[in-house]
Amino acid sequence: MIGADIVVAGAGPAGIAAAFRAGTSKKVVVIDDNPLAGGQIWRGMARTPWTAPNALFRQNTRIVSADGKNRTLLVENQNGAEEIRYGKLVIATGARELFLPFPGWTLPNIFGAGGIQALVKCGLPVKGKRIVVAGTGPLLLAVASYLKKQGALVPIIAEQAPFRKVFRFGIRKAAEASALFLSLAGVRYATSCWVEAAEGDDQVRRVRLRHGQTTWNQECDYLAIGYGLCPNAELASLLGCGPVDEFQQTCPDIYCAGEVTGIGGVDLSIAEGQIAGYAASGQMEAARKLFPLRRRAQKFASALNKAFALRPELRALPNANTVVCRCEDVTSGSLQSAGSWRAAKLHTRLGMGPCQGRVCGPAAQFLFGWQAESVRPPIFPARIASFLEEGTTK
Amino acid sequence: MSETVRIFVDGEAVSVPETATVAVAVMIAGRSVFRRSVSGEPRGPLCGMGTCLECRLAVDGELHVRSCQTLCREGMRVVTA
Repeated sequence: MIGADIVVAGAGPAGIAAAFRAGTSKKVVVIDDNPLAGGQIWRGMARTPWTAPNALFRQNTRIVSADGKNRTLLVENQNGAEEIRYGKLVIATGARELFLPFPGWTLPNIFGAGGIQALVKCGLPVKGKRIVVAGTGPLLLAVASYLKKQGALVPIIAEQAPFRKVFRFGIRKAAEASALFLSLAGVRYATSCWVEAAEGDDQVRRVRLRHGQTTWNQECDYLAIGYGLCPNAELASLLGCGPVDEFQQTCPDIYCAGEVTGIGGVDLSIAEGQIAGYAASGQMEAARKLFPLRRRAQKFASALNKAFALRPELRALPNANTVVCRCEDVTSGSLQSAGSWRAAKLHTRLGMGPCQGRVCGPAAQFLFGWQAESVRPPIFPARIASFLEEGTTK
Repeated sequence: MSETVRIFVDGEAVSVPETATVAVAVMIAGRSVFRRSVSGEPRGPLCGMGTCLECRLAVDGELHVRSCQTLCREGMRVVTA
């Protein structure tokens, strides 16, 4: 068992900001599932705007359970399991991509938009590969630009949102500002356009795109498709956390910051993380000074979420044989009569595989309006030994 | 210059940058099918960030390792479905 004044769950922008602002007088431990700190956006401390030299980073470490009453987390890594006791806990577990089922979406070489970027940053060569980029949001532009710079061919960016909404959001301005516009010269950016189906044998070979009444096939090597982000809220739910107050506090001794509180982008995550770090270490005035910064970032977030709202046509994409739950191969057809998340789980094993509903939960919420309920430990697949070891340390 | 490491994917040696994850190494080795689903469908990485568990495979005899969250180590042996 180790202990720290402040434990931060997640080493992305919000988590690093919180650890940094918690200051040097506190013992800070940051727990992160990834090989490198920096979250999905920075991927490595070299790309972060600041470091947190006071904090001890535990990478490749998963939180599998938590006990709010005794203020302990059970974590697991390659070497085994360990309990970590916290004085204050900052939950900055970030977000994952939202994936929506369509015929063929389970084929290999279909990745998330952020997913393919993560793989390329980890060394996947894409030179000469034809990659369709699809889904929604400004991330598609950033990903397409990045892939092109790595030598990929991007025949089309299919954005499901209509032109008037995207235009009003000011995507062109945003794209120009980040020099994306130039790098994307020659790439077709189609709005009100989405992938209807993917085909292939043991991997994707082509996708069917729709724009209004027109459909056509596009040959490709990879499909990068993401419909925005959804919060990694498992740990917060397990600890019974509700909405946050102005200091990012959700319940006694627990703070939430960044995408886990709602999708808002990196600037909002950094603002919330700093506020949580200050507040968790008792620096309330310093936290208060950042409220205006957070308010500005919230405005951008709300415009973003409005512009890229998902169109209802996407609900009609799965056919009866389309898999919704990829872990248990539960098809859309078998879910039609279920009526609720719980009933579907009981009758079909929806959400009961290794990802524990992380992919199909948000998808089922969009498709059927079902709310996933009751998070129970372990919140991530864990070794039996981890619980036995925990038992022996008590 | 970044160092390279050599790992074995289904017995076949492949050299990759030391910063590569196992998922990337398996793809560099020319594989797209990482595992078979419960009904036998081919599957490979989806999320690239450790949440979907589609890229899990056997690493040095340990089953169900998320290849996208695991860095390559010299001599590692990886088995796909």
